This record gives sequence, C-alpha cells and structure tokens, in this order.
Amino acid sequence: MILVWLIAILMAGGVLAWISGKVNRSLPRWIALGSVLAVFGLTLYLWLSNPAPVLGSAWLVQYNMPWIPQWGISFSLALDGLSLLLLLLTFFLGLLSVLISWREIQTKVAFFHLNLLWVLAGIAGVFLTMDLFLFYFFWEVMLIPMYFLIGIWGHENRRYAAAKFFLFTQASGLLMLLAILGLYFIHGNQTGLYTFSYFELLNTTLAPEAARLLMFGFLAAFLVKLPIVPFHSWLPDAHSQAPTAGSVILAGLLLKTGAYGLLRFVLPLFPTATVEFAPWAMLLGVIGILYGAMLAFSQTDLKRLVAYTSVSHMGFVILGVFAFNEWALQGVVMQMITHGLSTGALFIIAGFLYERLHTRDIRQMGGFWSTAPKMGFICLVFVMASLGLPGLGNFIAEFLTLVGSWQANNWLTVFATIGIVLATIYSLRIMQKIFLEEHKLKQALPDLNAREMLIAIPMVVLILWLGFYPQPFLDTAQPSIREQLQAYTGSAPEREQVAEVAGPETKTIEVVLGEKKPSPNIHISKTLNQ
Amino acid sequence: MTLTDFQHLMPLLILTFAVLVSMLVIAVGRNHKIMYVITAVSFLAAFASLYDLRDVGRYTIGPLLVIDGFGVFYIGMILLTALLISMLSYAYFEQREERKEEYYILLLLATIGTCVLVISTHFASLFLGLEILSVSLYALIAYLRTRERSDEAGIKYLILAAFSSAFLLFGMALVYASTGTMEFAGIASAIASFTELPLLLLTGFGMMIVGIGFKLSVVPFHMWAPDVYEGAPAPVTAFIATVSKGGVLGVLIRFFMEVDGFRYPTLVLIFTIVAIASMLAGNLLALLQRNVKRILAYSSIAHLGYLLVAFLAGNEMGVEAVTFYLVAYFITTVGAFGVVAMLSDKERDAEQLEDYRALLWRRPWTAAVFTAMVLSLAGIPLTAGFVGKFYILAAGVNTQLWLLVVMLALNSVIGLFYYIRIVAVMFQQPEAETQVEPRGKLRPSIYVASVGTLTVLALLLVYIGVYPSGLLQIIQGLIATTTP
Repeated sequence: MILVWLIAILMAGGVLAWISGKVNRSLPRWIALGSVLAVFGLTLYLWLSNPAPVLGSAWLVQYNMPWIPQWGISFSLALDGLSLLLLLLTFFLGLLSVLISWREIQTKVAFFHLNLLWVLAGIAGVFLTMDLFLFYFFWEVMLIPMYFLIGIWGHENRRYAAAKFFLFTQASGLLMLLAILGLYFIHGNQTGLYTFSYFELLNTTLAPEAARLLMFGFLAAFLVKLPIVPFHSWLPDAHSQAPTAGSVILAGLLLKTGAYGLLRFVLPLFPTATVEFAPWAMLLGVIGILYGAMLAFSQTDLKRLVAYTSVSHMGFVILGVFAFNEWALQGVVMQMITHGLSTGALFIIAGFLYERLHTRDIRQMGGFWSTAPKMGFICLVFVMASLGLPGLGNFIAEFLTLVGSWQANNWLTVFATIGIVLATIYSLRIMQKIFLEEHKLKQALPDLNAREMLIAIPMVVLILWLGFYPQPFLDTAQPSIREQLQAYTGSAPEREQVAEVAGPETKTIEVVLGEKKPSPNIHISKTLNQ
Repeated sequence: MTLTDFQHLMPLLILTFAVLVSMLVIAVGRNHKIMYVITAVSFLAAFASLYDLRDVGRYTIGPLLVIDGFGVFYIGMILLTALLISMLSYAYFEQREERKEEYYILLLLATIGTCVLVISTHFASLFLGLEILSVSLYALIAYLRTRERSDEAGIKYLILAAFSSAFLLFGMALVYASTGTMEFAGIASAIASFTELPLLLLTGFGMMIVGIGFKLSVVPFHMWAPDVYEGAPAPVTAFIATVSKGGVLGVLIRFFMEVDGFRYPTLVLIFTIVAIASMLAGNLLALLQRNVKRILAYSSIAHLGYLLVAFLAGNEMGVEAVTFYLVAYFITTVGAFGVVAMLSDKERDAEQLEDYRALLWRRPWTAAVFTAMVLSLAGIPLTAGFVGKFYILAAGVNTQLWLLVVMLALNSVIGLFYYIRIVAVMFQQPEAETQVEPRGKLRPSIYVASVGTLTVLALLLVYIGVYPSGLLQIIQGLIATTTP
C-alpha cells in the first residue's frame, strides 16, 4: 500500500497545488515541496527499514489489485533494490526541482507545479509497476506534463523542442505498445492465461523470430528515451529549451527510465535475442560515447553542451547493459544515479548563470571565479565528476561498467575508454570558458545565495558519498541485478541455450561470474585492488 | 404485430410520439424551453424503456427488425448521445434569432432513423432508417439559413447523400437479383456455399460499400465531410460525427457478421485499403487545416479508419473493440463540439484556431475540458480514447493484421501533430490583456445546461479512461449474447 501512496501523494499534491494557486501565489510551491518531501521521506524509510545485507529475495514490497480483470490487467506495483535507488534519485531531484523553480518560475506557478508533480508521479510509476499495460500507461503519463513544462516555461524555441520531444517519445512508445500486445497474445495462446503481469510474461517461450521483433519494439522505446545515437536528436533541443527544473528532470530522470526499461524488461524477457543483438548495441553505445563527447566539445550553448555530455554518458549505460554481467550492471546502476546527480547539478548551474546573465552562450562568459568563487567551486566538483575523477561517484560507475564490458568485448571497451579522455577535454573546457580566462561581462555576478547553496551542498555531499563509499548503493542494487541476469547465469539448460547463440564470449563471462559466486557482494575495495 | 412487438419497440414509439406532440405544441405556440424539455424527456424516457430490454436475448419483429443485446446497446448509446447533444443545442440556439423549435423535431426524427438502422435485418428497414436519418440531416445542416456557409453545406450533403443512396439502392437491387432475398439471414444462407463471390454479387456489395462509405465519410467518399462540418451548426456537426456514423457502422457490423463477409478476400481487401487510406488522408489533410471544425472533420475520417481496423478483425473481440471505441469517440467528439458550441457567439461558430488562443488563461475549465477531449482523440492515457485505441490495437494484433496495426500506430503519431497544435494554441500566452469576452453572459439556467453537459462528458471520459472495467462488462454482456 505504501507504494500506492508514493504515486497518490504526488498526484493529489499536484491537483492541490493547482487549486491552491487561486488562493495564494506561493502556496503551490509549499504544497509541492511538502508532497515531494513526504514521498522522499517514505522512500528513505523504506530504504532504511530494509537494510541491504539481510535482503533475501529481490522484491521488498509488493502491491497487487485487479484493475481491468477482463484483460488480465492489474494495478501491480513492486519494489526491489533497483527501483528503490531510482525512486530515491527521483524524489531527491524532485525536491531540487521544486527549490530551483522558486525564483525562476514566475508565471502560472500553480500549473507549473501540477505538471512537475505529475511528471514525478509518472516516473515513480514507471519505476514501480510490474504490469506491462500499467507500465505503458505511466510511460505516457509522464510525457504530457513534460511536454507542458517545456512548451510553456521553456526558452525561446520551446514549442519546436516540446513537439519534437513529444513525437519522438510517442512514436517509439507506440512501437513498444505493439510489442507488449504481441507478447500478451503469444503468452495467452501458449498458456491460455491472458495477462499483462510481468512475472507471468517472464515465462513466455518465444520463437527466435518473434523474440527478435518484440525485442526491437521494446528497444525502440528505450533507445529513443536513453537516447542512443541515431535517435538522439530530440535530446539537445528538449534539454536546452526546457526550464531548469525541466532539464534536471529530463536529464536526471527521464533518460533513466530508458535505462531502467532495458534492465527490467529487455534483458529478462528476451535473453536469446538480446545476446544476438549485444555486439551491435555495444557498438552503438561506443559510437554514442565518442560522438556525444565530440559534439559536446563543439557547443557554445551551455545547456546544449551539457545535453550532449548526457548522450556520451548514456553510451556507457548501453555498453554496460549489453555486457550481461554483474560488474557492468552494477556500473550501469551507479551511472544512472551519478549521472542524474552530476548532470542535474550542471543544468542547475547553467540555470543559475542564466538567471543572472540571461544568456547560455559560453563565449560571453569568462573569469567568473573571481566574482563567484562558491559557484565556481560547485561547478568544479561536478565537472570533475563528469570527467570521472576518482573519489567522485561517476568514476565508480564508469570503472565498473568498463571492467564489466571488457569481459564481454575487449575492443569496444578500449574505444569506450577513449571516451573518458574526451570527457576530460570537454569538461575542462566548461570550467575554462566560464570560470577562468579574462572577465568579459560588465554586469555584476552575485555569488550563490543561501537558497542556492542549500540546493548545491547536498548534491556535492551525495556525489562524494557515492565516490568514497558506494557500498550501500551497490548492496541495495545487487539482488535485483542478479534477478535480471538470471536468464544469463541461472539454470543450466537456459545457459546452454544462451551460450549456443552467443558463442565463446558468453562462456567466459560465466566463468568469471562463477568464480565470483562465493562472495555475494562485490566490494569496491577488492575491485580497486585488482 | 402483437403487443410484445410494441413493447420491444417502445424506445422508437416514445420518440415517434414525442415528434407528434412537438408538432402539435408548435402549432399551439412557439416556446423554445418547452420544446427542449419535451425532447430531453422523451430521450430520457426512451432510454429508460431500454431497461426492460436489458436481457432480451434475440427478438425478431417480422422480417424487418431484430431487438438483441447489440441493438439495445447501440440504441442506448445513440439515445444518450442525442440527449447530450440536445442539451448542448439549447444554449447554442438560445442565442440565435432564427426559429428554433423545429430543430428539435428534426433531431428526434434523425435519432429515430439511426435507431431503426442499428436494429434492421432487412434491406427495406435499412434503407428506411437511413433515409429518415438523411432527410432530417439535410434540414438540420442548413438550419441556420442566414449564415454564410450553411446553404452550401446543406446542398452539398443533399446532392451527395442522394447520390450515395442511389448507389446503395442499386447495390441492394443487384444483391437481390442474385440471391432472391433482402433479408440479411436469407442472403447469408444464399451465399454460404460460395467460396468466391460471383461478379454480380460482388458488384452489388461494392455499390453498397460506396453508399455506406459515404455515410461513414471514409476515403475516397469523404469529400463532403470538412465542408459540411464547417457549415453546419456545431451541435448538428456533433450529431453527424457521432450518432449518424455510429448507426451506420452498427448496421454494417450487423450485416457483415450475419453474412460473414470476412470470408471473402476481395471484400477484406477493399476495406483494408479504405481503412489505410482513411487513416492516412484524414491525418495528413488535418495537418493543413487552421479551422478547428475542419480539423475535427479530418480527424473523424481518420478515426473511422481506426474503427475499420477493429471491424476487420472480424471476431467478437473486434466487435467489442469497435463498440468500446465508439463509446469513447462519441464522448470525445460530443465534448469537443460542445466546447466549440459553447464558445460560439451570435454571428459565427468559434472555429478558427485563433479563437482558442490562450484559452487556458481566459477560461481555464473550458480549456481543460477541451484539452482532455483532444488528448482523448489523440489516445493519451487517463482518457477513454486511450483505452479504446488500446482495444483496437489488441483486436488487430490478436488477428494478426500487422499492416493495419502498424499503420494505426504510425497514424497516431501523425495525428499527434495537429492535436498537439490545438493544445499548444490554447496554452499560448495571451497577446494583450485587453481582450474582453465577446459574448454577454447567458441566463444562468442555460449556462448550467451546457456546463453541466461538458462536466458530465469530461468526468465520463476520465472515468472510462481510468476504470474501463464497468463499460467492458456491459459491452461484453450485451454483445456476447448476440454475435452470430
């Protein structure tokens, strides 16, 4: 029931915020802040009350209620470590989004907060639901408010960006819907049980051809959302045109729903088809890493630049997902969290600068360190995080991903590693262009005020925590990662099936994983020793 | 005819009686309110009389009509829609100068015609129903004679509808010539042995499809739709878009299920082409429009294409999907035209996209309802349109109509373009704060009628979108008893 509350509080809070706008201009902000705080508190409570090491099964809480029994649709929510971490991230970034909009959003405040809370509700639903119909439902629910966020409160070219975002995600989502329906009927014809339940559909046996088609349906939605290179063109527009809160949610959360979908649905549902597709997916990932990095380097619009770094970083996600081993998936989960934080922080800094200078053009900036040292320091931390400096969360994520993908594909990993070098180049360029060089602007640049520091400090603390002591996060994610990988490492007949299709590489992965089995947790200290 | 026959025809008799009473009342004295009350009460009474027929099974009246679960459901749907439309009409016509009383008689007559259509099992009753509907519509479309495009629309509909009726009749004659009967069941048994349709019969069916296709405004028989939608008064447009098309689709389903037309690849091919062409043409042409009524006209062409996808599934699930989608589509379309009617002023309908600029900030609730309706047309979750589209896709995937299903998905995306544009216009910033509402406030009672109707529609839309089980149960319960 607590899971239903998470979604219900946000939706009700949104409606309440909208109505309260009639009474008072600042009331919606407080209501939004209150409801996000409430759900954040609930999730924290869930995390602390289920300490990671004693987790037996992967699923912590489940909730099930029939919704449309005629079609086998139920309102089914379930929480495991993976969802828990992503929910924490969602509500944390949600809190920040409310706070950063405090000054930035001055028109239609009430409606803004309605949309903000409903986006968060949709995202929370996506991370929680275990019914494929409901999943598609939430997948769509989060789009409409996001469309409004970009289209109403965005920058100069907002309507174009909003429409592009909406069409890309809708078109790919519909393909996923077709795939879901295909799966539903295949499962129904096999077993006579027509249901959209994730746990039931996991047992569907698919002909290779059908599996391939259905997998592409799912991949369409997730790869566009992630985004992976040929389908990424909506991202720079949407990210750069959205208001700061919108950019934070887009980069920090919406992209993660794509990664989550890959982990939760594509891997377990189509074990053979994904193994076939893996080399191509990893190749696309590497192309994304390099291409995103190069384009990031050539941007002059700060938000666009950060948007392209997302393309690059999401390349690591797909590289890791299709490596099919625990190392890489741990890295992917870490990458989802740390990228959410670091990119979110960079967008927030871009927002701070825009509020002060009314430009996002980095050619007009420069030398701000002397006038705004606090902002410079915060920016430095996250630029370093983005380039993967040890001690900050992103390093752990990228390191684990690369260790994992090395076991799957040596050469592609080598190229992916080059991406980290490129990351260093574009990240340092941000620092240099904005905070170093000579001062170009005449107008004064006030440093961060108390509210802004309140936003920035927790992010710095978190990214440091993730960098120095990621163990609690890894522990929380581990059982569910095992569960997602069951089809690849689990029972013997399935393993043979996988190995048959994939050839020698998969066997080596299994050997590695087999060695690891005695010690249930990957300890980061060991990783570093190796 | 026996007494039980009359009992089973009670809804139609009530409406006929209401027409006679209305005419007498007009003869005594003109009063808009009284006419409106008579109409609304008779729709309600007719709907209430359906309660006795709720588990009727299958009751045939002569060779002409049959009352079964399918028919009862469609009649109920038509009556409720007509009731809602009459409620919207009251506020709409109250602000106009013309004589308004005859409008309600025509509305009642058109509704009777549609009800006859959905329960007919014979070419004669089919044609009678269709003509009662069409002739009433000629007058309804041109009802506001002083308006610029009203005559054009009326004449256009008159000529093309007469033309298509001729096609339909010729087709019926050919079918009669080769099978020797005009009863659906008789035709079914006459052609049951054919694996391939003989040429004469195929020509007959083809000509009937022309006639039916015209009423449904599917491509390539869709030319009239945008002009008529634009020229007709907004409530009448709502009637054409919903009741008239729904009734014709109902009889089409009944006929095809009876004769099992899905056995013949030629017929399936024709309908497949028509469906794909309607989806594509409707959506692509809607992209070019700046007039909301025309956009809705093209979008309705596309939606009929979607409906044909489920129709082509040809099994029980397909019929359920069509019915469910029709309910969703009725609610949505009536709601959308209701908003158009509500925003219209004395001189003209609020049909330009410009009229909707910044509506959200001027009249937030109206805009919210319109947004909900448009999003439902686009098939976005939390609305009935989403569940309906899902049902259609499911029916299509179930019978593996991959081409049609993929076309539907593709078209939904194209459709999003213009639906989103309407929404975006409503959300734009107002250009100047000086804009005053052009229309004076109506009397509160009238205002309540249309606001109440729109509220009911919006709530229904969301209710069905969130909790479709109830409606599904009704549909499955009523239709399962009757599908042959």
